[in-house]
Amino acid sequence: MSLLAEMTQKATDQGIPLSAHLDITWRCNERCVHCYLDHNGEGEMTTGEIKDVISQLADTGTFFLSISGGEPLLRRDCFEILEYARELGFSVKLKTNAVMIGAAQAARLKNLGIEQVQISIYSHLPEVHDAITKLPGSLRRSLQAIRYLRAEGVKVSITNVLMKQNVTNAKAVRLLAKELDVEFVVDPTITPMFNGDRSILNLGISNQELDEIFHTEEFIGNVGEFCAPVSEVDEDVLEGYSCSAGHTLADISPSGDVYPCVQFPMPCGNLREKSFRDIWFAISLRCRFPVAPIPLHWLGQAGVHPNSCRVRCQPSV
Amino acid sequence: MPQSEKYLTKSKTVAARVLGDEVIIMSTADSTIFMLNPTGTVIWQAADGNTPLSRIIVEKLCEQFDVPVEQAATDAEDFVAEMAAHGVLVVSEEPISR
Repeated sequence: MSLLAEMTQKATDQGIPLSAHLDITWRCNERCVHCYLDHNGEGEMTTGEIKDVISQLADTGTFFLSISGGEPLLRRDCFEILEYARELGFSVKLKTNAVMIGAAQAARLKNLGIEQVQISIYSHLPEVHDAITKLPGSLRRSLQAIRYLRAEGVKVSITNVLMKQNVTNAKAVRLLAKELDVEFVVDPTITPMFNGDRSILNLGISNQELDEIFHTEEFIGNVGEFCAPVSEVDEDVLEGYSCSAGHTLADISPSGDVYPCVQFPMPCGNLREKSFRDIWFAISLRCRFPVAPIPLHWLGQAGVHPNSCRVRCQPSV
Repeated sequence: MPQSEKYLTKSKTVAARVLGDEVIIMSTADSTIFMLNPTGTVIWQAADGNTPLSRIIVEKLCEQFDVPVEQAATDAEDFVAEMAAHGVLVVSEEPISR
């Protein structure tokens, strides 16, 4: 067992969410066609409230913290929040479109010891990328930011969300990532909007395209391992946890709602009303067994691949 | 010749969290993960830049683990040297202010 797997298991056994995903704002300077969020900034936690949440996560034992959005750098206190998280010993990743990262910001991120900056790049072609983000010049600015970050030695990961309009560019984006010396991840997941609108699922690639992506070594690594059949369901499987939801990964919204998983938008409590520990304990109990009914439209592309999120918590609708 | 004192502090370039009686440490430089055993955890937690290693050994390790000073000192020196080599601990002959 790897050290990471070992610590994940230990944390799970103790009911500790080893990772947390904290959206500090849902406001954004891009308007990506596939985005599942609205971009209303109402009700965002203050700097003090966010710091308190981060302290509570540290006290609970959370180690990996993703600061995300929306576009987190739209908050003037983003660096203050990152600095605070690092002071409390978190391994911090920043998810951003990077268009607001210049040389000075890249140097600050380096000095803070940010583990990785994750940036979505949709295409190597400005006309395709910018049409998805609806922000003219966004590809140029994001790529310039990556160069600044790499010049500082900051680790960067490019996430290439695949849709009908950019799936044919995936190999070129991978080459671009190689040229920039950054990690490359393909993500074919399109998530329904939080308001229940499923129309953006139409942007998703076809099953045939998905099958091809999931059988291409340069995208997923070892095909044999990635496409290995799901093991038989035995007592161990039935006794175990269905997925990380409610166990190893906590998701927190800008207004303090806590969710069992980023892909599972069922608010289970608000940090303005209850402590993180109390909310998480209730979630982990609930996710230990088939969860209460949730609307079908909340589920994403469940079951697209045995190694993807399987959302075993079956909805009753 | 008497051995000089060693003062330890946690490197600013690592992420760390106490999990039960162990500590998880991740180097932000190369993403290497370390998991310290209870002895290493005690040294890590005591590494405040001001407490000399000799005091950590006597007051923490020997006290908590009921081991002779010589054995605790050997283990602690090895541990500190390894962690310093990985950039996880900063070691100095003078107290370290942060």
